[in-house]
Amino acid sequence: MYTPSKQEAAKILRQMMEIRQFEDKIMELLAKNIAEGGSHLYAGMEAVAVGVISSLNSDDYITSTHRGHGHAIAKDGDLNALMAEILGKKTGVCKGKGGSLHLADLNKGNLGANGIVAGGLGIATGAALALKMQKSSKIVVCFFGDGALNNGITHECMNMASLWKLPVLYLCENNLYAMSVCINRACSVKDFRKRAAAYDMPADIVDGMDVLAVKEAAIKWINYVRSGNGPCLLVCNTYRYYGHSRSDPRVYRTKEEEKFYKERDPIPNFAKICIQNGWLTEQEVKDIESQVTKAIEEATDFAIKSPLPDPEELYSDLYV
Amino acid sequence: MREITYRQALNEALDEEMSRDEKVFLMGEDIAIYGGAYGVTAGLLNKYGEERVKDTPISEAAIVGTGLGAALLGFRPVVEIMYIDFIGLCMDQLNNQVAKIRYMFGGKCKVPLTIRTEGGAGRTLGAHHSQSLEAWLMHIPGIKVVMPATPADAKGLLKTSIREDNPIVFIEHKMLYNTKGPVPDGEYLTPIGVADIKKEGRDVTILTYSRMLLFSLQAAEILEKEGISVEVVDLRTLLPLDKQTIKKSVMKTNRVVIVEEDTKTAGAGAEIGMTVVEECFDYLDAPIKRVAGADVPMPKAPNLEKLAIPSVESIIEGVKEVLK
Ligand SMILES: Cc1ncc(C[n+]2csc(CCOP(=O)(O)OP(=O)(O)O)c2C)c(N)n1
Ligand SMILES: [Mg+2]
Repeated sequence: MYTPSKQEAAKILRQMMEIRQFEDKIMELLAKNIAEGGSHLYAGMEAVAVGVISSLNSDDYITSTHRGHGHAIAKDGDLNALMAEILGKKTGVCKGKGGSLHLADLNKGNLGANGIVAGGLGIATGAALALKMQKSSKIVVCFFGDGALNNGITHECMNMASLWKLPVLYLCENNLYAMSVCINRACSVKDFRKRAAAYDMPADIVDGMDVLAVKEAAIKWINYVRSGNGPCLLVCNTYRYYGHSRSDPRVYRTKEEEKFYKERDPIPNFAKICIQNGWLTEQEVKDIESQVTKAIEEATDFAIKSPLPDPEELYSDLYV
Repeated sequence: MREITYRQALNEALDEEMSRDEKVFLMGEDIAIYGGAYGVTAGLLNKYGEERVKDTPISEAAIVGTGLGAALLGFRPVVEIMYIDFIGLCMDQLNNQVAKIRYMFGGKCKVPLTIRTEGGAGRTLGAHHSQSLEAWLMHIPGIKVVMPATPADAKGLLKTSIREDNPIVFIEHKMLYNTKGPVPDGEYLTPIGVADIKKEGRDVTILTYSRMLLFSLQAAEILEKEGISVEVVDLRTLLPLDKQTIKKSVMKTNRVVIVEEDTKTAGAGAEIGMTVVEECFDYLDAPIKRVAGADVPMPKAPNLEKLAIPSVESIIEGVKEVLK
């Protein structure tokens, strides 16, 4: 098992708590109609984004998905600017023009969430091509869901990346469903590692509810990609706690299944391990939690009080 | 007459056609267990079973491509692309295969395929879930493009689309699903390629379709009180356009405003306007006015989203402009 330093453990716990509380807050804002439109929430999947992104260098790149709040926060996103973006405010990370589906923070190496399933595959693979051409030691992590495995561009990109030995780690967040469709009803190949075999790249699978397991695998495969071996596929088995989006009644999955994964909640489990191993005291865990609550409240307040974009903004930013 | 929602009207059309003809089957993302992202196919899985109501993987190109293959062998598939914003993923299948195959093969086959999709702004979903891409489709000879605005038209046109032996792209609007309107009891069909005058008037003709019909009717009502009589023509089908109805209305009012939600440049209104010029230029007393979407990707911010599409106010302004 990966053993984090005390500082590292605190940061991992903090980020996972930030994501959870951020998403719970967005759900609350949606219910109150303060946040409009849709939002795909990352709650339950925190160990994946945090386990992987905490193992990258800060100048490495990621591409994210329609369920992108967690990736953005883990990539050191500014909570205020992210919350404001989701409300479509002027102070948002994309000036209120993108919204939840398009969170991007290029200065932090986040090449963007995406409203199109598998929409990030081309961007990630092309960024990896650029890094290779620049002889850079940076890499790209390309996040995508199990659903994205079945769209054509995924295969075109994996083939190209393997052919050209590009520094990209394909990170499949397998949460068992694409919207309402269970992987068993959508994928002919149940073991997703076989998809990688088709392109002659290595693949691994890991428990995505266990942040230390994710971290251990991520470090290994990030190292593999950074060393110039070409791409690989890492599958993280995980679960989303909320419905696909706000209005989802979740008829396609059972209460027992939801309970099973709730009991394996990555956050309290990691907190417990931290205390058991003496990395953090009980008091420190509590302090982190209340600091996070405060930060989320501040971000919410900031976002709500921020103005909408000026009307002239409608036509700005289209061309350079 | 009974009043039902646009969503229910569509659901009835699918239900009636499926029970009438066993060759009709449905395929798409989340249409079976979930009942469709906007609930249009709710209940059909239970009634017709998995064979005829199929959830697919997220594979838009294959959804349209396999729909075509099945149509060639005599089925009447109704496939769903959840948002028109995803139409790019299956555009090759649609443009190069679906639309051309009958012509290329010398008329030796039929393609009774209906592609249902949904577009438009209004839910602040941003650039990938709010577009109006009908103009892309109007540029493809070989398909027909249908865009109903009312529950009654939605039902009648969907039933006709399913019975057509030509490929139809049937574009719904996400902001219309909850709107209610009178829908006749029992069987009826609404013809494709025929516009409908939703309000008669004398002074100016509004040519519009889909959600913008609702905005246009509101504008017309306000203008009526100011003594301006507006005729509102609901085009209902964009390809082929109903030149007859357009011409008749323009010959009566001599002034035209086109109201469209899609982005203005090379949008649907460009074709509609040029049709007016070709068909009845001599009857025009003023230049044609387009009230259209802004030429930008759809912004998330709720205030910018409203500014990016026509409003009742901008339609009123447009009408007054052609009356100057
Ligand atoms: C090309 C495309 N098709 C369909 C959709 C609608 N849609 C959005 S998310 C989603 C499910 C995605 O599932 P998955 O990739 O497993 O990610 P998850 O939501 O489970 O995180 C679907 C069908 C889309 N956004 N883009
Ligand atoms: Mg999934």
